[in-house]
Amino acid sequence: MIALVGNPNTGKSTIFNTLTGMRQYTGNWPGKTVLQTQGFYRFNNRHYKLVDLPGSYSLLPSSPDEEVARDFICFARPDCTIVVADAACLERNLNLALQVMEITPRVVLCLNLIDEAKRKGISVDILSLSKELGVPVVPTVALNNYGIEDLKKTIAALVEGKLECSPRRIEYDDEVERLVEDIESHINPIIPRSLINFRWLALRIIDGDSKLLEAIRSYLHLEGEILI
Amino acid sequence: MKLTELAVGKSGVITSVAGGGMQRRRLLDLGFIPGSRVENVRCSPTGNPTAYLIKGTLIALRREESDMLFVKML
Ligand SMILES: Nc1nc2c(ncn2[C@@H]2O[C@H](COP(=O)(O)OP(=O)(O)OP(=O)(O)O)[C@@H](O)[C@H]2O)c(=O)[nH]1
Ligand SMILES: [Mg+2]
Repeated sequence: MIALVGNPNTGKSTIFNTLTGMRQYTGNWPGKTVLQTQGFYRFNNRHYKLVDLPGSYSLLPSSPDEEVARDFICFARPDCTIVVADAACLERNLNLALQVMEITPRVVLCLNLIDEAKRKGISVDILSLSKELGVPVVPTVALNNYGIEDLKKTIAALVEGKLECSPRRIEYDDEVERLVEDIESHINPIIPRSLINFRWLALRIIDGDSKLLEAIRSYLHLEGEILI
Repeated sequence: MKLTELAVGKSGVITSVAGGGMQRRRLLDLGFIPGSRVENVRCSPTGNPTAYLIKGTLIALRREESDMLFVKML
């Protein structure tokens, strides 16, 4: 299963339709009554399920739409997450990209709207960006199919383990890192490590994201009071 | 001065983000980061909300939000 996330209006749905040939249907993801678009495509004899998520500026959600995206990345744990970014507006888009990289190990940065960026005189050094982030970066123009084949190849290579991906880890100051370590040790007996990224959860607890804890309770079917 | 006081058509640079917790974090996630250039592009008849151009995108803020942002006029 592959998820598409990104800031609003970066071309996620266009990429979704190009990949799936618009054979999408609207599915109901179990757990909550949220709608998201799902579809399928084949590549190299493998079947890929693709999920198109609502536009989002942050994995710390402030709207129901953003919550759908956060919950999906956090709890459905896709095999690979494509962050669709506006190449003409990279700085803004990297905020979400870095957040996604903090929570999930297999990420592709899809730099869409390359044509618009070019028109504005912006060119992006793809190789350096990929090196800095530690994830593959694929330039695309979703409207005319440019880069879509590359995107499919990159996803396949990641899913098949032929391409290494090591998202750059953001180190916080000593005090925060000490707290993270301490909180992680408290989460450990309560939630199985396979269900959620402990470091990410510890950081959200430091943020004071109490709504996340409610979401955890409902998605992971935990009984009683979680945490500390 | 507060971002709220920045007139339509004027630009400034964000100097600080007040408040704390998730509300402050949200403004940072929307791109209102100290050092960033911001422009008041237009406001609704009541002045609330107001649309600001920040890091290449128009973002509408309510007055409670723009009150938390401090700018230096350009
Ligand atoms: N020029 C250009 N336009 C594009 C490209 N990709 C998408 N678009 C256009 O950008 C607009 C937004 O595309 P969508 O696919 O709806 O964007 P989205 O990310 O799904 O938007 P939300 O779901 O609202 O967040 C549409 O008008 C697309 O036709 C591209 O590579 N180049
Ligand atoms: Mg869409």
